[in-house]
Amino acid sequence: MSTTATAQIRVLIAKPGLDGHDRGAKVVARALRDGGCEVIYTGIRQTPEMIAEAALQEDVDVVGLSILSGAHLELFPRVVDELKKRGVDDVLLFCGGIIPEEDTAALTSLGFKAVFRPGTNTQDIVKFVYENVKK
Amino acid sequence: MDDLVERFLKKDRRALARIISRVENETPEGGEYLRLLFPHSGKTHIIGITGGAGSGKSTLTGALAAAYRKREKTVGIIAVDPSSPFTKGAILGDRIRMQDLALDPGVYVRSMAGRGALGGLAPTIADVVAVMDAFGFDVVMIETIGAGQDEVEIAGTAMTTILVNNPGTGDDIQALKAGIIEIADILVVNKADHPGADILVSQLQALLALSPAGSRRPPILKTTATKGDGLDELLDAVAEHYAYLQSSGLLSKHREEDARHQVLSIARQILLERIRQATPEEALQALVERIAARELDPHTAAEELAGNVLA
Ligand code: B12
Ligand SMILES: Nc1nc2c(ncn2[C@@H]2O[C@H](COP(=O)(O)OP(=O)(O)O)[C@@H](O)[C@H]2O)c(=O)[nH]1
Ligand SMILES: [Mg+2]
Repeated sequence: MSTTATAQIRVLIAKPGLDGHDRGAKVVARALRDGGCEVIYTGIRQTPEMIAEAALQEDVDVVGLSILSGAHLELFPRVVDELKKRGVDDVLLFCGGIIPEEDTAALTSLGFKAVFRPGTNTQDIVKFVYENVKK
Repeated sequence: MDDLVERFLKKDRRALARIISRVENETPEGGEYLRLLFPHSGKTHIIGITGGAGSGKSTLTGALAAAYRKREKTVGIIAVDPSSPFTKGAILGDRIRMQDLALDPGVYVRSMAGRGALGGLAPTIADVVAVMDAFGFDVVMIETIGAGQDEVEIAGTAMTTILVNNPGTGDDIQALKAGIIEIADILVVNKADHPGADILVSQLQALLALSPAGSRRPPILKTTATKGDGLDELLDAVAEHYAYLQSSGLLSKHREEDARHQVLSIARQILLERIRQATPEEALQALVERIAARELDPHTAAEELAGNVLA
C-alpha cells in the first residue's frame, strides 16, 4: 500500500440531551475542519448511548461534547459510562459551553482533558486537539 | 499482529470500525487486514445512492435501511462527504439524517471523507466496501458526495445504483441529459410531497424513451423519504434489479469489471510510486525544466521515467 498516506484526525462533536443551542458546536466543528480534522457532527438531541455508538462506529480519536443547558453533570457521566461499556476507552475527551468553573474538577476526574467556555478562540481548541490527540 | 481480525470474524463492531480506519488510512496493517478479509467478501448486495446535494440521499438511505430492518436484513452504510482541498479537513454530517437507526445493532454507519478523490467517492472506497462485505452485512449502501454530474464512479462499485431527483428544481433534467442518467438502475423522485413530482416522473419517462431499444429501462419511483412513503416499493425494485443481475449473468460480469478496474488502478498507483522512488528530485526537476523550455515533450520524458523502472 501507499507509503505517502496521511491519516486525518477524526473528531466527533456531539450535543447530549435536549439542549438546542447548536451554534457553539457548529463553530467548533467548522474550526476543526479548517484545522484539517475530519469532523463527524451528529446534530442536537443525542442520548449518551447514541453518542457512544457513533464514537464506536466512526472510530474517532476525539470526542467533544457541547452543552449550554446546565445538565452536564447529569449527562456527561452517562456518556463516559456508555463509552466504557463499548470499550471506547482511548479517545481524547473534552467539552465546552456554559459550564461553571466549580464543575471543572468533577469533569476532569471523569476524564475530560479540557473545558472551553464562551469567548474561547477556536484556534486554541484546534491547537489543543493537535497537542493532545493520542495518535 | 493483534486480535482484530479474530474479533472481526466474531462480528465485533469495534474491530470492524478499527480495521476500516487502518484500511482507509492505507497503513501497512490495513493492507494485511484487507488481504486476510478479502476472501470473506463477495456475498453482499452493494447499493449506490447518488444525486444532487440536498436531494435527500442521506434521509433516503436511512429510510431504506429502516425498511430493510423490517425485512430482517442487516445493513452497512458508507456516507461520503467532501474534504476541503486546502486543509484536508471535512465535516461529515450525514448521520444527522440517520438517527432512527442509531442504536440498531443490525445497522452500522460509517462516514468517510472524499480525501480528494474524483467522482464522488473516496480513494479507498472499494477496500472499505470489501471490509464491510466481509463483515457479513446483507446489504451495503454507499451514499456519494452528491456534487453533480460526473459522479459516475459509483456505478463501478455498486451493483444497483439509485439516482435521486427532486421535483421543481428545473436544472435536474439538464443534469440528466448530461449523462448521469445512464448509470442509474433505478430512478427515484424524492420529495414527492413537493409539487411537480408527477411532472418530473413523466419528463423522466420521456427521457428514458430515448434510450436504445432492447436496453433495460430503469423503473421510476416516487418517495417521500422524510415520511417513509414509497420505501417498500423502492425496496422491491432494488430486489428485482438484483434478481435480474443474477439471472442475466450481469452480476458476475459486474464483479469482473470491477476487479479489472481495481487491479489496474492499484497497479498504476504502484508503478507511479516506484517511478517516484527511482527518480531523484534533481533528475525530475531537470526533465521538468526541459519540458517547460519546450526542449522535450512530456510523453517522451514520461517514457524515459517509466523506462528506468521497467527496463
Ligand atoms: C443564542 C442563544 C440562544 C438561541 C440558540 C440558537 C442556536 N441555534 O444555538 C435561542 C434563542 C434559540 C436560545 C434559546 C434558549 N436559551 Co439560550 N442562549 C443563547 C446565548 C445568548 C448565546 C449562545 C451562543 O450561541 N453563543 C455563541 C457560541 C459560538 O458560543 P458557545 O456556544 O458558548 O460556544 C463557545 C464555547 O462555549 C466553546 N464550546 C461550546 N461547545 C463546545 C464543545 C466543545 C467540544 C469545545 C471544545 C468547545 C465548545 O467554544 C465555542 C466557541 O468559543 C446564551 C448566552 C451566552 N452568552 O452564552 C443563552 C443561554 C445559553 N440560553 C439560555 C437559556 C435558558 C435558553 C432557553 C431555555 C430560554 C427559554 N427559557 O426559552 C432556550 C432553550 C432552547 C433549547 N431548546 O435548548 C441560558 C442557559 C442557562 C444555563 N445553562 O443555566 C443562557 C446561558 C442565557 C442565560 N444567561 O440565561 N438561546
Ligand atoms: N419535504 C421533504 N423533504 C425531504 C425529503 N427527503 C429529504 N428531505 C429534506 O431535504 C434536506 C436534505 O436532505 P439530506 O438527506 O441531507 O440530503 P443529501 O444532501 O442528498 O444527503 C433535509 O432537510 C431533509 O429533511 C422528502 O421526501 N420530502
Ligand atoms: Mg447527505
